[in-house]
Amino acid sequence: MNRGAGWSFIRLWTILVYIFMFLPVAVVVLLSFNSSEFGAFPMSGLSFRWFVELANNEAILRAFRTSMILGALTALISTTIGVLASLALIRYKVPGQNLISTILIAPILVPEVVLAVALLLFLNALSINKSFALLLAGHVIFTLPFVILVVQARLVSIRRDVEEAAMSLGANPVQTFFSITLPLLLPAVLAGGLFAFTISFDDITGTLFWKPGGVETVPTQIFAMLRNSISPEINALGTVMIALTVGLPLLGLAIARRMSASSGG
Amino acid sequence: MGVEAREARQPWILLSPALVAITFLLFVPLAFIVVYSFWLRTATGADVAGFHLDNWAEALTDRFYRDILLNTLKIAAITTAVCALAGYPAAYFIARSNRNKGFLLLLLMLPFWVSYIIRTMSWINILGVSGALNSFLLWTGIISEPLQMLYNEATVILGLVHFLMPFMILNVFVSVDGIDQNLESAANSLGATKLQTFVSVTLPLSLPGLAAGGLLCFVLAAGTYITPLVLGGPRDAMFANLVFEAIITQLNWPLGSALSLMLLAVLGALVLVYNHFLGMAQLMKGMG
Repeated sequence: MNRGAGWSFIRLWTILVYIFMFLPVAVVVLLSFNSSEFGAFPMSGLSFRWFVELANNEAILRAFRTSMILGALTALISTTIGVLASLALIRYKVPGQNLISTILIAPILVPEVVLAVALLLFLNALSINKSFALLLAGHVIFTLPFVILVVQARLVSIRRDVEEAAMSLGANPVQTFFSITLPLLLPAVLAGGLFAFTISFDDITGTLFWKPGGVETVPTQIFAMLRNSISPEINALGTVMIALTVGLPLLGLAIARRMSASSGG
Repeated sequence: MGVEAREARQPWILLSPALVAITFLLFVPLAFIVVYSFWLRTATGADVAGFHLDNWAEALTDRFYRDILLNTLKIAAITTAVCALAGYPAAYFIARSNRNKGFLLLLLMLPFWVSYIIRTMSWINILGVSGALNSFLLWTGIISEPLQMLYNEATVILGLVHFLMPFMILNVFVSVDGIDQNLESAANSLGATKLQTFVSVTLPLSLPGLAAGGLLCFVLAAGTYITPLVLGGPRDAMFANLVFEAIITQLNWPLGSALSLMLLAVLGALVLVYNHFLGMAQLMKGMG
């Protein structure tokens, strides 16, 4: 294919767009190692002092624990519910399949602010106040569609005949599920769970509506710290979060690849 | 019970936890705030049940709310247009590049995993008074005083474009990648120039992806609450900020309900128009 000047221009354009997407984030990581008191240029030297301060900041550690627990529980519940629903949609002929699919992804179609208000007011009317339970319910409901989309995409590729073979060899449905379907499903389950964890860990809009006073997650903690001014400590926290939210899914992807390679052949 | 009846019941058992959760944590709450928006908040701070149109009258006729709603839609529209214009060529490049496709796609996924609040605040490091750009300009001697570049509508749009660009690129990519390249070759061999081929073959065939990306960008931008707080000035509030103000600060829940439903109605109408012409399947392709 003959690629002329137009193609070179598009390539240059693409590089610029990628720089636009990554440069600010790279600057956050760079500045987090800045030894100067003010989180700004020119950098006076490399240092880990902001990470040390981070590790000694009680408020940030508490926020970190809250985010981890919330993310883990969200992932657990959302993935369990999501995998069951995906199995039903992929493995069975269900009447009204399109309608059900639309209902299941509805939480993404509603703006998060509206979802946050509706859930807050409704659960409050049931005497469930701003609490960890409300946060968890909220995070489950808006991670669920993403889990279902990811898991469904992976489920399609698992062949049905392996299960049928197990059944015809005398395994009952429960045995078949645990010894055949679940191992084949595991990469999809892990991918869905990691996705849910990452979305929950990153959420701020809904969280600001639902969180009880005094409880902070990492994003709301960063948001509160931004009110004063941008400090090197925020950049350091940003770097830790980037390492966590980018590193974890990449790790998950690698594991999923390996597992599907060894089981799928 | 026969085998067939059991077979027919199984999918509903599997679906029921998800359907119950979405019904009670989304649909019933939405119905609830519809009712709530007709209640009244009294001077004593108690909410009175009933059917009052006062909140809706205030939400729909108050110039303040209307101006901010229009401004929010304007910001969302500009954001979407910039994402489309800047993102389309990049998506096209990824889809048509032979060697680096996988690598470029993986890179494109990374921003989705970098926290939204961090990506938003990262611009303070770039454009702030002691940020990278000011430091550079001072160093070169182009300026002698740092410029105040942050905290205006332009930086709000910049932050939104930065946040939403991957959504646009990914959706357009899915569309362009699915086009049979033989069609383009055919147009070329029949005498069309590259530009003609692009305008009359590639672009029309990629419109569904562009529309899906556009819808996502617009809806997410119009519902933004954090970006104007971090990158905007005091006068750059968007509609979601009004909702937060009414619900959390003023505790005027009936009015907050009416305002939320207004936002839902405007953005929901867009989703319905999109669904009518293109269907939800295209949107799912870009997300899955």
